[in-house]
Amino acid sequence: MAVAQQTAPVTPKRGITRAEFEERLFGTLKWVSIVFFVVITAFPLFYMISLSFMPIQQLLQDPGRFLPSWDSITSFESYKDVLRPQSEGGQGFWRFVRNTLILSLATTFLTTTLAIFAAYAAARLEFRLKKVISWGILVVYLFPAVVIAIPLFVMFTRLQLRNSLIGLTIVYVASTIPVALYMLRSYFLTIPPELEEAGLIDGLSRFGVIRRITLPLSAPAIAAVALFVFMIAWNEFLFALLFLVEDRGLWTLSLGVQQLDTQEVPKTVLMAGSVIITIPVIALFFAAERFLTEGLTAGGVKG
Amino acid sequence: MTTTSAATDTGPPARPASRRTGTLARREARLGILLVLPAVLVVFGLVIFPVLWNISMSFQRIRLIELREFNFLDFDYTLANFDRVMGVRDFWDNVRVTFIYTIGGTTLSIAMGMWAALTVKSAFRGRAVVRGLMLFPYVAPIIAAAFVWRVMLNPTFGIANEWLDAVGFQPIDFLGRRDFELNLFGWDPNPPLALLTVIAFEAWRYFPFAFLFILARLQALPAELDEAAKVDGATLSQRFFYVTLPQMRGVLSVLFLLRFIWTFNKFDDIFLLTGGGAGTKVITVAVIDWLRGRFDVGAAAALGLLLAAMLAVLLVIYFRWFYEEETA
Repeated sequence: MAVAQQTAPVTPKRGITRAEFEERLFGTLKWVSIVFFVVITAFPLFYMISLSFMPIQQLLQDPGRFLPSWDSITSFESYKDVLRPQSEGGQGFWRFVRNTLILSLATTFLTTTLAIFAAYAAARLEFRLKKVISWGILVVYLFPAVVIAIPLFVMFTRLQLRNSLIGLTIVYVASTIPVALYMLRSYFLTIPPELEEAGLIDGLSRFGVIRRITLPLSAPAIAAVALFVFMIAWNEFLFALLFLVEDRGLWTLSLGVQQLDTQEVPKTVLMAGSVIITIPVIALFFAAERFLTEGLTAGGVKG
Repeated sequence: MTTTSAATDTGPPARPASRRTGTLARREARLGILLVLPAVLVVFGLVIFPVLWNISMSFQRIRLIELREFNFLDFDYTLANFDRVMGVRDFWDNVRVTFIYTIGGTTLSIAMGMWAALTVKSAFRGRAVVRGLMLFPYVAPIIAAAFVWRVMLNPTFGIANEWLDAVGFQPIDFLGRRDFELNLFGWDPNPPLALLTVIAFEAWRYFPFAFLFILARLQALPAELDEAAKVDGATLSQRFFYVTLPQMRGVLSVLFLLRFIWTFNKFDDIFLLTGGGAGTKVITVAVIDWLRGRFDVGAAAALGLLLAAMLAVLLVIYFRWFYEEETA
């Protein structure tokens, strides 16, 4: 309200008012900002892809160059090198791709299944543990991963489950369930309960209701949650480092790039490795961008 | 699966109508517990229990080599771990770095997210593409993002130094130098170069997260208020500060809280960018150093506990202060 009083007597300066001046200023700044954001986001992506095609000698000779020659683009030299098994002089990334895929797919399947059941119960049924669950999700959010990592490291060493993909899968499932549960529960709450009650009256059991009514209605949300969990597992680094580092045959893609970032391995080859990690995630994300952004924001705007 | 559900389907009608509601509620409750139990057990066993166990371990002398023979039920508690962890010369330095990193990264990423949201709020040609691109830093795997930054900032062949060279500067090792000797007319602030670079990375990587939330809120604001202020002659910047911003307080405080907690607990980013060198060692990186570098499980657990305790104290203060303000 003070605003109006301040602005009313603005004197026209050089023929334009302050309001007009600002409209023009911010109108121009908007385009500057767009260019700025495009450059800072697109350039690293472009640079990553471009270096992955460049032979290392070319980069060292002329660091300012960021377009590889046509020959080096078509030869896929870095990609061949990074994917080839170690025994054939490569970096063995095919094996890392396989490990990462096994881990991520198993985590996605287990987390989504467990979270669907738990989220349904938390959204629809009345029982004693119910309050503890919504409260527990918050607590898990707050705990630093490193604090959970140390006891798990000790526990899995004792159980001899370290250096195994199964052990790591269990850890990933436990760490992704809270997020998945939270997202699914808020979605289930938006489904009108009358639909399910109608199913119950028609003689379906609870499981029947979940399978025939709830799941089909929430297919997009479940897909979003599954993608989200997949991406978390695919990108995970800390637990992979603590659990798998001693056995190169079990390394994930993230661990592979980090561990091989040494003097011996050309950066351009690792850039190809980075592109290999990034492409599936970006592809999945943009295939389902709307679901994911809605899922992400639905979680937070509530609070 | 189908046979059991069929059996329960035919169950209820056979029972007397008067007792039906009672048993139904009880059966629902039993089913509820049955459905949440697997998830709860997994999370309890691998998240809650480890946290509690971490507390116990931080008071025990455990080294990695003796892990297989160690008796965890030996309640011979000691404060030696805390002594060792806090006695290190750079403990307080790590605490300070953690706070600078967290506050800097949080504030900058939110400010940048706000700027980005204002930039793409109104329609323009190619907005969908720009909006999609803006999500890239957040969606890209951390290892790829950190690695690209490391190569771009590399002092010998990185593109950043190539450009600096082109305008006549010496190459700068952005991620490897603790201080940058800067002399501005007799005043030398010597900014902590590597730490600032890491904070810039944080802002770059997490602005999309703030951007998504802020944009969603901006687009949900009622247009009438803004139009009324416009009619009253308020300029663009005045409308932003006096009309839009006050309505954003809710989202901004949620964002600040979430980002603060996550950045405070963050390990990957700094570990992958600098390995904790050049004055960027935050507490989380120090925790893993105790574990992997010195094989001292007890000390790592103790430092981890201190990290969690610091966060808990901060949160209590935040909510106290926030709560009072809301009721006042």
